[in-house]
Amino acid sequence: MAYAAPAPARPRLLRSERVRDGGLRVGLFLAGLAVLWGLWEGFRFVAESTGLRLGQFEANDRTMPHIHDIVAQLFEPSRRNGPLLIDVLWDAALFTAKEAAVGFLLGAFVGFGLGVLLAHSGLLQRGFLPYIVASQTIPILAVAPMVVVWVNPRLPDGLKDWGAVAVIAAYLTFFPVTINTMRGLQSVDPRALDLMRSYASSSWSVLWKLRVPAALPFIFAALKIAAPASVVGAIIGELPASIQDGLGGAILNFNQYYITSPTRLWATNLIAALLGITFFLVVLLAERVIVRRAPEHVA
Amino acid sequence: MSTQGQPVVSLRNVTKSFGAGGVTAVQSIDLDVPPGAFVSLIGPSGCGKSTLLRIVGDLVEPTSGDIVVNGKSARQARLDRDYGIVFQDAVLYDWRTVARNIAMPLELMGWDRAKRAERVREMIELVELQGFAEHHPWQLSGGMQQRVSIARALSFDPALLLMDEPFGALDEMTRERLNGELLRIWEASGSTIVFVTHSISEAVFLSKRVVVMSPRPGRIAAIVDVDLPQPRNADTREEPRFFELVTEVRDRLREGGLDEDRTAPGEGELVVAEETP
Amino acid sequence: MRYARRFVHDWLPAVAVFVFGIAIWEGAVRGFDIQNFLLPAPSSIVETLWSDRGELWSAAFFTFREALGGFVIGCSLGFLAAVVVARWRLLRAAVMPYAIAAGAVPIIAFAPITNNWFGVTGMTSKMVIAAVLCFFPMLVNTMRGLTSVSPSAIELMRSYAANEIAVFRRVRLPSSLPYVFSGLKVATVLAMIGAIVGDYFGGAPGALGVEIRRWVGIFAFDQAWAGIVLASMFGIAFYGSVALVERLTMSWHPSIRGAHRE
Repeated sequence: MAYAAPAPARPRLLRSERVRDGGLRVGLFLAGLAVLWGLWEGFRFVAESTGLRLGQFEANDRTMPHIHDIVAQLFEPSRRNGPLLIDVLWDAALFTAKEAAVGFLLGAFVGFGLGVLLAHSGLLQRGFLPYIVASQTIPILAVAPMVVVWVNPRLPDGLKDWGAVAVIAAYLTFFPVTINTMRGLQSVDPRALDLMRSYASSSWSVLWKLRVPAALPFIFAALKIAAPASVVGAIIGELPASIQDGLGGAILNFNQYYITSPTRLWATNLIAALLGITFFLVVLLAERVIVRRAPEHVA
Repeated sequence: MSTQGQPVVSLRNVTKSFGAGGVTAVQSIDLDVPPGAFVSLIGPSGCGKSTLLRIVGDLVEPTSGDIVVNGKSARQARLDRDYGIVFQDAVLYDWRTVARNIAMPLELMGWDRAKRAERVREMIELVELQGFAEHHPWQLSGGMQQRVSIARALSFDPALLLMDEPFGALDEMTRERLNGELLRIWEASGSTIVFVTHSISEAVFLSKRVVVMSPRPGRIAAIVDVDLPQPRNADTREEPRFFELVTEVRDRLREGGLDEDRTAPGEGELVVAEETP
Repeated sequence: MRYARRFVHDWLPAVAVFVFGIAIWEGAVRGFDIQNFLLPAPSSIVETLWSDRGELWSAAFFTFREALGGFVIGCSLGFLAAVVVARWRLLRAAVMPYAIAAGAVPIIAFAPITNNWFGVTGMTSKMVIAAVLCFFPMLVNTMRGLTSVSPSAIELMRSYAANEIAVFRRVRLPSSLPYVFSGLKVATVLAMIGAIVGDYFGGAPGALGVEIRRWVGIFAFDQAWAGIVLASMFGIAFYGSVALVERLTMSWHPSIRGAHRE
């Protein structure tokens, strides 16, 4: 479950081919954005003219604000005489990013450690894996208040509140990392293992010199899933913790004003989406640098 | 089946280059394959023999040259399903039993169920896999899987059988045994076979004619006619004439540009594994 | 007999962990006198699951129906979209980055919006969230499956002069099944979580997420925890049913037969 295959190695292309390929990709990407924009406005136009209704839904300024209105809203004050929305959201995004990043690192380390442990012992694997899988069926949002109450008193002052959110983010992060680390470590060619043993290598060297490098593509595949998951975890975690400073708080806040000003919530969602994508891209970049294998468009 | 007398495969000046950089896989190939013949293509890695096979099968388009297969263009021959192909990897479908794997081309050709069942039964007998019809590919050894692949290729009675190193992944003993079986099947079915291999002894044992190719760009370096009597069997491998022919093929391979005294492979030339008969 | 031994070998450790885990949990709660807010004893959860079963189970079923609806819609659409997109390489290259990026978007942040679109109390808005959460993993996994066929298998089909539809039906589709099931299993959990978390932003009074939140609010922690456990159980059962279907339909696949040579 949630096991992602590593990206296959791409054949080396000539420089001219790579440039052309890159240009094509960028072109397709921009074309895609244009298509999405077109679909949005097009759908709204058609729905409004024909009076289309889907259950309770009908297209208007409240339900489907124009894209340009949403973007414009970013440069309006967030409240009367207040700072610009984009400044508010930027701060909120940074706050959430902090929680998500810490949660991501925490989850990644725990996940990696668990993966190493389970990979080394079939018994531990058979014993604990079902529960690790089952852990993801627990609605973390429901458990979040308890987590906050338990974790907060145990944190130093500077980390209070948002520290608990980081823990919640870590909860969503560790699972794919565990699964993929386990699979990656176990994916080593048995002959390579035999070779190491013929060198009388210790288990520790085998781990670090052979298994972990072999597992890196798998681990990065998981990190690419885990990074945006940490953002989701952070946003969700902020809600029961009643944290105002992050994107979760902003979403709740602007949700209350949706009737009068729908574009604010949409703008917030846009920023949240961009945050998730940014986290993903950071991991993608790290993968490119560390694994030095051009990642295919495969998670 | 094929028109009597006319070669089943006829290549004239066939050349294939890949990509803008112009890697030439095969160069100016002229070849005729008479009906009912067993012809082997042998050469070092990268000499284009697999590419040539795929050109005959219309799976690769030649850059230039003429190809006539069974009296038609290669494309038409493919559309009319005039040939069956066997790859080094058996390419069996895991989710189908042996019987249904063999039946696959017949299903595509719209044969009705009764006819299919009948033919599958015949094929299984031909390749001596009785009792394994309801097994799945993973339950069979490599040699058995290849036999299924051969049965499948012959199931619709094609005029031509193209084989791309089908026994390359098998051990020597299995390979020799399957060689014998292939000859038996060939005699029983009467098809024409074009067989690509790395192994000199296999080529000499199986074929009437061995086409020796040079390293990239692949050209026909020599054609060695194998005059060993039919039917051939395990004893044939111990005859003096067999050794002579193996040596002759090996010499032709060396002359064709393969030089085993060079320590590093030259451009496009790679060393073929030496066969000890 | 050998089958039974393998079954025991595979499952005994997990069962042992479960038994010991429950025992330690029960012991720790009583021994350290942990507040029942933080973590009640397993015995009290089981008791509540029984005593409040009417309320709990109907809430769980309500939310499960939301999840199931979203699952069916999202997975079907994801599958169909993948079939269409996988056909043309250019379309695939264009769509893939968006599918990946969409997976990076916190979809759950759109829950307030779908509530505004389809109403807070209906099932529809949560179904939409669940559907969107299911759509992208299905799309990505199915696409990967459809394009993972070995080139030799495709060449073979070409040698039979098979048309595109035949290749799709007979080769691509069956060989993509492992990936499709992988996507379905991921989707089951996402659908359930999506439905419950969606409830948090507002939902029907009978929905599980809403009830849990309400119980926490009135300090009815026994019920809240029972609800959480029940939600998890439904998620596991949902996942398990799909895994069972996988086992039954894909008896030929290495991962199911344990890569044994019979």
